[in-house]
Amino acid sequence: MNREDIFNTVTEIFRDIFDNKSLVLADHTTADDVEEWDSLAHIGIITAIQEEFSIEFSMESVFEMKNVGELVDAIMALHNG
Amino acid sequence: MMNNLLEYPFDSKMILRKRRAIKRELTGSPNLIEKRIAILGGSTTHDIREILELFLLKHGISSRFYESEYGRFWEDAMFGQEELLKFQPDIIYIHTSNRNISAYPVPGQTEKEINQLLEEEYTKYESMWNKLNEDYHCPIIQNNFELPYYRLLGNQDGVYLQGRVNYISRLNMKIYEYAQKHDHFFINDIHYQSADYGLKEWSDPFYWYMYKYALCINAIPTLAFHLSNIIKSIFGKNKKALALDLDNTLWGGIVGDDGAENLVLGEETAVGQAYTEFQTYLKQLQSQGILLNVLSKNEEENAVSGLNHPQMVIKPEDFLVIRANWEPKSVNLTEIAKELNLLPEAFVFVDDNPAEREIVRQQVPGAAVPEICKPEHSIYAIDRGGYFETTVLSADDLKRNEMYRENRQREKQKQSFSNYKEYLLSLNMAAEIAPFQQVYMARIAQLTNKSNQFNLTTRRFTQKEIEQLAARDDYITLYGKVTDCFGDNGVVSLVIGRVEKSCLHIELWLMSCRVLKRDLEYAMMDELAGQCLGRNIDTIYGYYYPTSKNGMVRNFYETQGFSKEEEDSQGNSRWIFHVTPNYEKKNTVIRLVKLGEHDE
Repeated sequence: MNREDIFNTVTEIFRDIFDNKSLVLADHTTADDVEEWDSLAHIGIITAIQEEFSIEFSMESVFEMKNVGELVDAIMALHNG
Repeated sequence: MMNNLLEYPFDSKMILRKRRAIKRELTGSPNLIEKRIAILGGSTTHDIREILELFLLKHGISSRFYESEYGRFWEDAMFGQEELLKFQPDIIYIHTSNRNISAYPVPGQTEKEINQLLEEEYTKYESMWNKLNEDYHCPIIQNNFELPYYRLLGNQDGVYLQGRVNYISRLNMKIYEYAQKHDHFFINDIHYQSADYGLKEWSDPFYWYMYKYALCINAIPTLAFHLSNIIKSIFGKNKKALALDLDNTLWGGIVGDDGAENLVLGEETAVGQAYTEFQTYLKQLQSQGILLNVLSKNEEENAVSGLNHPQMVIKPEDFLVIRANWEPKSVNLTEIAKELNLLPEAFVFVDDNPAEREIVRQQVPGAAVPEICKPEHSIYAIDRGGYFETTVLSADDLKRNEMYRENRQREKQKQSFSNYKEYLLSLNMAAEIAPFQQVYMARIAQLTNKSNQFNLTTRRFTQKEIEQLAARDDYITLYGKVTDCFGDNGVVSLVIGRVEKSCLHIELWLMSCRVLKRDLEYAMMDELAGQCLGRNIDTIYGYYYPTSKNGMVRNFYETQGFSKEEEDSQGNSRWIFHVTPNYEKKNTVIRLVKLGEHDE
């Protein structure tokens, strides 16, 4: 999977979770940019991504991700690693 | 349809992801009943609440929630949380796990010390349940404890008192003993659920360290599904009957093509064993009061020859209705329901053919249609679906098959009479009609939650509420229990009226459809009038609130001699009846007997 595919799949997950079909993400998007992206929604995002890509984040990496771009990079490293 | 995402076997991942869309779709469903559910958690409960809400909506229950602050289950229960008191829960769910066990035995502790530790831990819970019971009088659902995720003593951890497996097993036994002694106390069996799911994943510590969840997020739909089954069962929304296909469902092969003698059934072959075990399972369900029926596309004589196969575990007489013809199954299912005076949605339809399942799914909304594929997995499909989740096993449940069989004999007798009253007299009916009695409270509560058709106000009550009403001076309560020449129908009709000066307001009047058109409603009215006269009540007000199911009693009060006082645009109506000392009894076919006279 290339980065763009991963990015698109991540976007789909966000759209499902926030029930918002027109949600658009960018690499620099953070929780502050998306209404309702609170710590509880964050758990759902992480879980859905782990399931979708069959990966497991380390506990540290979950805290380290600062924006969508870093999230996608972390998925790439695990998924293609 | 998002709704289908919640059908067992469900994809947990998709439920979690699409929960908002599912909720949006289900929130507007018609005829939802509203319930207040308090979740007292020993760990994070946010996602449990969100997913539970979806499964309850699917069962027709719209819920409001109280959620304790993180980990405050015990404090909320013990110290009279004001917000919770105001909330007045209909159900309290205590979501605890082995993460909440305050201390485990350690190597070197003596038996006496460990017993004391166990007693202390258990007492903490028991005092909490007792307090909740005092304060809220509502059903309590309590998680048992799941197995520990590691074992210091390895495979002997369950043997030694110092082992956590042993300790948790003992703690669970004590909880079960409490449950056996308390009617409104139910276990949510996470011990079984986690084993079934896979303990290693269920208890993945990642979710505990990261988010303080006592189970992995993906297991939450499983937990919520089981919980919703318990709750819908408490509120009388269990399925009651099975409609079973024959060919390649109850036996291997096609009886019309292969002949009864060549059906695959019995202990001789692997496949035959699978069908035999499935039949044994169904027969056990029958002994718990589930009604068995045949719904098969077959020539009737072929179906019957198959049913008479010597290796059949279920005998032809075990089935209440046997319907074998070439009509669409959705039509037949609706007719079987009508014949048994049940709603089609009380049925679980069991068929190995995906096309038949689809037509029933589309045409008979509300009926459950489990995925039946391989014969060796048929039991799973029905068992894990939770359609018959048990919360009350009343004596009536156990006798239900018998009662329905008797009903069908009554039907036959009816056909031999040209005059309906003669038929009713031939039934030799006797009724016990009296204020609510303690022995019947479970059945009475069950009736208020299950009756939909002959039900004027469709008010639901818990057993606790029923007991409290029965004890009040300003209420008149009546139950009707009927026997006839074919057997005992049990408690089948209820009236609850609130006294206000010289008036009585009927808050509930219902009757089980198994005794429709037997004049019991007149006998109930006679007794009610008698009670009113005895208390100097001269006016009775009846109320009818329409639902999608109770159209049959729209004009019930008119047949009882009431006059309509008012009706609003939704069809809600109020009726009035003046009781006078020269009240003329309406029942002429049922003999009245005193309490207990029936039973010999």
